[in-house]
Amino acid sequence: MLFFFIVTLSSAYAEKYVISVNQFVEHPALDAVLQGMKDYMKDNSLAVDFKVHNAQANMGTANQIAQQMIGEKADLLVAIATPSAQATAQALKRAPEELKRPLLFTAVTDPVAAGLVENLERPGGYITGVSDLLPVRKHLEMVLQYLPGIDRLGVLYNAGEANSKATVETIRKLSGDMDFTVVEATAAKTADVYQAAKSLVGRVDAVFIPTDNTIVSALESVLKVGIQNRLPIFAADIDSVERGAAAAMGFDYYRHGYQTGAMAEKILTGASPATLAVEFQQELQLHINALYSQKMGVEPPEALLEKAAKVYR
Amino acid sequence: MTLYAALGAVEQGLVYGIMVIGVYLTFRILDFPDLTVDGSLPLGASISAVAITHGINPYLSLIFALAGGFVAGMVTAVLNTKFKILHLLASILTMIALYSINIRIMGGPNIALLGADTVFDAVIAAGVPGRYAGILIFGAFGICVTAFIVWFLKTELGMAILATGDNAKMITSLGVNTHAVIILGVGLSNALVALSGALVAQNQGAADVGMGIGTIIAGLASVIIGATVFGHSSIARAFIAALLGSVVYRLAIALALGLEFGDFSFNPSDLNLITSVLVIIALIAPNIKKKVAAR
Repeated sequence: MLFFFIVTLSSAYAEKYVISVNQFVEHPALDAVLQGMKDYMKDNSLAVDFKVHNAQANMGTANQIAQQMIGEKADLLVAIATPSAQATAQALKRAPEELKRPLLFTAVTDPVAAGLVENLERPGGYITGVSDLLPVRKHLEMVLQYLPGIDRLGVLYNAGEANSKATVETIRKLSGDMDFTVVEATAAKTADVYQAAKSLVGRVDAVFIPTDNTIVSALESVLKVGIQNRLPIFAADIDSVERGAAAAMGFDYYRHGYQTGAMAEKILTGASPATLAVEFQQELQLHINALYSQKMGVEPPEALLEKAAKVYR
Repeated sequence: MTLYAALGAVEQGLVYGIMVIGVYLTFRILDFPDLTVDGSLPLGASISAVAITHGINPYLSLIFALAGGFVAGMVTAVLNTKFKILHLLASILTMIALYSINIRIMGGPNIALLGADTVFDAVIAAGVPGRYAGILIFGAFGICVTAFIVWFLKTELGMAILATGDNAKMITSLGVNTHAVIILGVGLSNALVALSGALVAQNQGAADVGMGIGTIIAGLASVIIGATVFGHSSIARAFIAALLGSVVYRLAIALALGLEFGDFSFNPSDLNLITSVLVIIALIAPNIKKKVAAR
């Protein structure tokens, strides 16, 4: 009853909020984050005017957008992906006191290493957000359940992406425990991905792709190698499963954005970013592509199929 | 465009303008199309970021960045002059090698400088508001670099660079070693590009291995905008025009970012298209003005 009262009260006094967004690049995952955030606002009847800017993968432009956003005097700043978050944080640091606004980062893997917050529990300043840190262990456990007894796991990534490098280091640390060896192949740009994937053929039993912008952009070329050589390809996001990866423990960027939206609401309605702890994605869903699994020469185990939230056939 | 966006554009224009001066030196003066810059800009950023995180003074870190950029340019020029590799290919080879080297230098693809000392701290501590600190520092650097290059090109060595770009055969017949001159010129150009990269990194709060992508495109666009809009009748004018060309280029981006007509606004993904249209307008406007005046 009280809940209803508060809801009616708050919607009766609903004002239109302005959120300025600094997105680093057009990319299915990052676009999904933005969509999730917008949908959260819609589902909760919050009137929000989004001013969205996209740096089209250019750091200089990301900087300019950051400064532009300070001038827009929005109620909340949102930065999608690490480079945009760093640029916005820097612009915010130097903005005059009356133009400072809370900054919410999202799709940032390691906010501490990126210099955005010093303490995940109590950020303490104008900045907090949602981290897309991969639950790497859960991913690997799924791969090992899918293909019991594999010895060599290939990891395909761009060594130039900070997020991927952190993931690969975790995989390497866990590999001793989980009893497999890691074989790495790197591609600096999408045009190099096919060659890098081919270099793994014959040297590994399966390939794992972290949430790497470069590799995921050229996923089809990796899948082609997988199908031709009967090499199962695993991904770390569920969009890739729909495109043909054998399976992934669903990191769902749409839900990530939705979660960001919920955090945005808290800040817009008066919470201080200084006391809002950095959040992580809580639940993971298993998605399996049975059709492509078979094309890549493996049959998904029954036990996993039963657990899967979505199976493509 | 808000005041803040305009200030931001001028700031970005000035800091990338130092890179544009470097590009002008190779592209127009030496007639040496040099793509090394896509690697030497993040090289300067990497070196400066590593130096700063190791407790070295941020101003001192710029000297290391300059030196690193100079060496990168030298490598390209040596590949070209001593080993007869076509200049474009030589510079591409150095550029792609620098991608890996920059990751080595930083020990990873990104170093955050958000909490670290930067060249701005001293200026802000002296009472300059944060939003003007960038313009002040980059303006000062831009003026000093332009003045230095204009002075340098008037020295005997500088004359040799100018002459090598104009007519290499003639200058060789006068007994000048054109190889040494090209190596010096390309080295100097990349030193400036690396300096620009170091300042960009300190400004944006991070050095990132991907930050060099598209540098040469912005550099060439700014050089040509500058020459068209501000003229290039003398060396001094040409270099000032290059610096200002960079500011115009960034203002075009800022304008594109803020473009709205009532309820209609462009999609964020239209940014590059709008920027390019605005630059085209900036380029053809002086011509149209001339034609109109001639009638």
